[in-house]
Amino acid sequence: MNHLYYPGCSLKSTGRAYEESLLAVCATLGVGLTELQDWNCCGATSYMAIDEVKAFALAARNLALAEEQGKVGPGTPTVDLVAPCAACYLVLAKAQHCLEENKEVGGKITAALAAAQLQYTGRVVMRHPLDLFTNALGLDAIKAQVTKPLTGLKVACYYGCQIVRPYATFDDQYHPMTMDHLVTALGGTPVDWPLKTRCCGGSLTGTVQEVGLRMSYHLLKEARKRGADVLLTACPLCQFNLECYQDPMKALFPDHEPLPVLYFTQLMGLALGLERARLGLQRLFVPFRQPVGV
Amino acid sequence: MSETMQSAEPRVGVYVCHCGINIAAKVDIAAVVEFAKTLPYVIVVRDYKFMCSDPGQELLQQDIKELGLNRIVVASCSPLMHEATFRHATEAAGLNQFYFQMANIREHVSWVTADKALATRKSQALVSAAVRRVVLNEPLEHQKVPVKPNVLVVGGGIAGIHAALTLANAGKQVTLVEREPTIGGHMAKFDKTFPTLDCAACILTPKMSMVRSHPNITMLTYAEVVGVEGYVGNFTVKVKKKARYVHEELCVGCNECVEACVYKEGRFTDTFNEGLSKRKPVYMPFPQATPSVVLIDPESCIELKTGKCKKQCATACTRNAIDFTMTDEIVALEVGAIIIATGFQTFDATRIPQYGYGKFPNVYTSLEVERLVNASGPTGGEVQLRDGSTPKRVGIIHCVGSRDEKTNRHCSRVCCMYSLKLAHLIHERTDAEVYNLYIDMRTPGKGYEEFYDKLLKEGVNFIRGRAAEVTDWTVTPEEEGKLVIRAEDTLIGVVRRIPVDMVVLSVGLEAHADADEVRRLFNISCSKEGWFLERHPKLAPVSTFTDGIFIAGACQGPKDIPDTVAQAGAAVAEALALVDRGFVELEPNTAFITKELCSGCHTCIAMCPFSAIRYNKEAGVAEINPALCKGCGTCVAACPSGAAQQHLFTDEQIFQEIEGVLNYV
Amino acid sequence: MSDTPAFEPRIVAFFCNWCTYTAADLAGTARLTYAPNVRVVRIMCSGRLDPQFVVTALRQGADGVLIGGCHPGDCHYQEGNYKMLRRFHLLKRMLKQFGIDDQRVRLEWISASEGDKVQRVINEMVAQVRDLGPLALVGKPTPHPDASEKHAAA
Repeated sequence: MNHLYYPGCSLKSTGRAYEESLLAVCATLGVGLTELQDWNCCGATSYMAIDEVKAFALAARNLALAEEQGKVGPGTPTVDLVAPCAACYLVLAKAQHCLEENKEVGGKITAALAAAQLQYTGRVVMRHPLDLFTNALGLDAIKAQVTKPLTGLKVACYYGCQIVRPYATFDDQYHPMTMDHLVTALGGTPVDWPLKTRCCGGSLTGTVQEVGLRMSYHLLKEARKRGADVLLTACPLCQFNLECYQDPMKALFPDHEPLPVLYFTQLMGLALGLERARLGLQRLFVPFRQPVGV
Repeated sequence: MSETMQSAEPRVGVYVCHCGINIAAKVDIAAVVEFAKTLPYVIVVRDYKFMCSDPGQELLQQDIKELGLNRIVVASCSPLMHEATFRHATEAAGLNQFYFQMANIREHVSWVTADKALATRKSQALVSAAVRRVVLNEPLEHQKVPVKPNVLVVGGGIAGIHAALTLANAGKQVTLVEREPTIGGHMAKFDKTFPTLDCAACILTPKMSMVRSHPNITMLTYAEVVGVEGYVGNFTVKVKKKARYVHEELCVGCNECVEACVYKEGRFTDTFNEGLSKRKPVYMPFPQATPSVVLIDPESCIELKTGKCKKQCATACTRNAIDFTMTDEIVALEVGAIIIATGFQTFDATRIPQYGYGKFPNVYTSLEVERLVNASGPTGGEVQLRDGSTPKRVGIIHCVGSRDEKTNRHCSRVCCMYSLKLAHLIHERTDAEVYNLYIDMRTPGKGYEEFYDKLLKEGVNFIRGRAAEVTDWTVTPEEEGKLVIRAEDTLIGVVRRIPVDMVVLSVGLEAHADADEVRRLFNISCSKEGWFLERHPKLAPVSTFTDGIFIAGACQGPKDIPDTVAQAGAAVAEALALVDRGFVELEPNTAFITKELCSGCHTCIAMCPFSAIRYNKEAGVAEINPALCKGCGTCVAACPSGAAQQHLFTDEQIFQEIEGVLNYV
Repeated sequence: MSDTPAFEPRIVAFFCNWCTYTAADLAGTARLTYAPNVRVVRIMCSGRLDPQFVVTALRQGADGVLIGGCHPGDCHYQEGNYKMLRRFHLLKRMLKQFGIDDQRVRLEWISASEGDKVQRVINEMVAQVRDLGPLALVGKPTPHPDASEKHAAA
C-alpha cells in the first residue's frame, strides 16, 4: 500500500513525535508513505477564520500537487493523501467538498490554481491515519503484528473536535469508535468515558488561558476517574494542549493528577514492539512509564 | 364495433390543458395549440383552464357530437391521474373510450423543466406522438371478471380491528390475520390516549372481543401471510398458522397450565411488557389477550427443546388443550380484496448511543414508560426506576429517531402528543419535576394544542432544543449520581445541564424491518423509508398500485389513533365498493395472436409467466387465453414474426409514438 | 441564436407503467427539474420492449435510448424485467457491431418511489450522450424542419 503523506506544519514542529511514531509504525506495517513535495500550509486556523476562499485555495494547491505527484486525473483510480493532523485533514476534506459543490467558491479556487498552472479533478481521497489503519489496512492486519499487547492498560481514547465534524466521514460524529477498536486490537482496554469529543480548550489556552485550562482539566480528571492510565489523541493541538500545560493546570486546580497524553501512533508503536526513542516518547512532558507487553 | 367507424377517416380533436398555471406557467399553450393544428388528421385544437372539470369534458364531448370527431387527445397530466376521467367522457359522448390518448405534459414536462421554450417543444413532441398513435387506436371493450365477496385484513392493531369489524357489520366474511398471538397491536399497550386521557383498554378491549365473537370474522392469530396469487377480485392467499402447541378451540384461558409450569417464576423476556417483566415458556400474552388462549414458546419450553420435561402444564389442563406435537399449518383463502394494516415498529434507541439507552439503566423508551404507567403493567401503574425508587426529576427527550438526517428524516407525528401525555401522567403519579426537550412542539389536531396549554399550566417544564446527550459525567455535587441531559435551550440561548433520575426517549415510528418482504408479497410499493406507497397521496390515499389491495394505518406512514381509524374506514369503503359491485373491469390490453402470421415456433409460450398461451396442435399456432393474460406484452416483444400483438400497445402504435417524440428536440 | 447551435441530444425513453413511469410522475410531483431532452414512451412492462423499438428510435434520429424497469424481483408481471434484460445484453452486442457506442443505450431499474433517481439518471445520460456527440448514421433522416422553433417563439 502506497500513500502520499501530508505532514502539515505541526508534525514538523510541536508534533514531531506524531510524525516519528507514525512513520515508524507505517514502516513496520508495510504501509508506504511518500511525503508530498513542495506542500504548503493547509489553510486551517487563522486563514479559515479570516478568508475562507484563500484558505480553501491553499488547501486545494496541496490537493492539486497530490494529483500531480500521485499521477492521477480524470478516469484514473484515486490516490490516498494521509493527513495526520486533525485540522489539516478536515480542511483538506472540506476544500474537496467545496470544490465539488460550491460553484462560486469552487470557481475562484479553480482560477487560483490555474494561475499557478495547477488543476484539481477530484481524484484524491483524504485519509486520517485512524481511517487508514482501521478501514484501509484493517485491524486484523495490525493485530497480527502486535508483539507486545497492551494487556491491562486502560486507555481513554480522545478524538477531539476536528475529525468528528461534517465532511469527516470515517467515524460516527457523536460516538466515534475507531480509536477504541484500534486499542482493543492492540490488546488494551479502552475505558468507556463520555468526553471523547468534548473540546480540549486548545484555541483558548493561548488567549483566555484560565478557561482553556479548565476545559483540559475536566477532560483529564474524568479520564482518570474512569480509570484511564493514559489518554490518546489523534491531533497535534489536542496533544500539545492536554499534555504541556499540566503544570499551570496543577497550580490552578490543586487536585489535578498528572496523566500521560500520547499520540495513538506512539502506543501502536509500543504494541508493535518498537523502541521508545523511535516513537518520540522521550519528548513527553508527562512521562509514560508504564511497562507494555509484560 | 361498427365497420363504418373503423373505415372512417380519422378525425382527431386535441385538447391542451392549462391545469390552472401548473402547465400554463411553463408551457406556451398557444404555441402547442398552433403546432397541433399542423398535425395530420387533426380537425380541431382547443385549450382550456382545467380539462378534467365538467366544462372541460363537455368541450370534447360537444366536439365529438358536432364535429364528428372519432379520436381524442388530451394533453394534460399523467394518464395514471386522469386517463379514466377522459375515457369516460369520451364514452359518454358515444365514442368507444379507447379512441382516446393522453399526453403527459404536466408531470413529465411543466413540473420538471426549467426553460419555457424547451418545455414547450417537449410538449409539442408528446402531443405529436399522441396524435400519431391515437389514429391507430382501436375500439375495445373492458373484460368483466367476477369478484370474490370475501375480504382479508392483514394486521390486528386498531386499524385492522376497525376495518374487520366494519366489513363484518356490512355483512362481508372477513379473515383477520395477526402475526402476534393476540390482536390489539400497539394500542393494547397504552394506558391512556391523548388528548382526552381516556383509558385505551376501555375503548379497545370491547372492540377486540367483538372481533372474537363476530359471526362474520375469522381470526387467525400467531399467523402470517406467506403467499399471494391472483389479481383484483380474485386473490388466493396462503396463511401460515404458527404452532401454538395449544388447541385454540379447547383452551379457555384459565391459566392453570401457566401456574403448573415447572418454572416457578417467569424467566423469559415478556415482549408485551417491553422486557420490563419476565414470563414463563407457557404464557398468556396479557390478561385481555384476544383470543384468550395461552401459547408455548418453543425457544424456551424444556419439553419442546429437549423432550425431557415433566409436562406439568399438560397434566394441569383439564381440557387436554396442550399438544406438543402441533406443527405449523397452511390455510388457503380466496378473497376479492385485501386490506393491509400492518402498523409500525418503534425506533431502536440504541442507534443513538449518545442518549445512553441500554447503557444507563434509567434511560427508558417511551413505550417502556407506557407499560410503567399502565395499571396492568409490570409495576401496576407505579412509575419506578430500576431500583424501585420513585424518580424526582424526569427528562423527556423528543424526536429520538425522528427529524434527524442520521436516522429518520420524517416527523413521527405522534411523539409530541404522547410525550405530553406521559409528562402529565408521570407528573400526576409521582409529583416529579418533568422536563420536555423538544425541537418544535407539533400539536395540530382536535384538542391537541389545548392539551399542550394544559401541560404548560400544570407546571411541566419545556426546553426548546434538541438534546445533545445523556451523560453520567457530573461536574457539580447536585449532579452526583444522576443522569445529566445536555441541551441547548435555544429560547434563552444557553447550553444547559439538566440532572434527572429518569430519561424517557420519545422514540419515533418506523416502517417494519420486513416491510420490503411484505411489500413484495403483495406486489405493492414502498417509499424509501419503507412506508407502503399509496396510489395517490391525495386522491387515492388508501389504494395501492395493485388493484384490490388497500392500505390503512401506520404502515402507510406515522399517524395517531383517530387518523388510523379514519383511514381504516376509508380502506373498508374502497374494498366494499369493489366487492359489492360484484365484478371488475380489466384493462383490455391483452395480447393476441394473428393466426396467419404465427409459425408455431413456441417462443411466446416460454415467455408467459401466467401460462396464458397454449399451442394449438391442429392449427399449428399459439393461442392466448385473454382471461389469463395480464397484459405485460413480453410475448409480443419476443415474437419473431410479429404474430403476437398487444391491444393498446401494438408495435405500430409504439413505432408511431417513437416517430412522434422524435419530431422535435 | 448562433449559426451552429450547441448539440442537444435527443433521447427516447421506454418506461414501464408500474415503476419507472410512476417514478417519473413522482419526480414531477416533487418538482425535480431535469434536462428536457428525454421523451418518454410508456409501455406496460419493460418486458414489452422489443429491441426493434430501440433500433427504430436510433434510426429515426434519437442519439440515445433509456430503458426503465422495476428492480429485479419487483416486476408487476413477475419477471418481465428479466426477460428484457436478456434481450438488452444481446442488443448491446449487436449495436456495437453496428459501430454504435453502447453508452447510448442505458438500462436502469427505478422503482415507483425513486423520483430522484429519474432526475439523476436523465441528467447523467443527457450529459453522457452530449459528450458522445450526435449519432451519425448513414441515411439517418434529417431532423424535421424545425417548425417548433417558430411555435415556441410565438
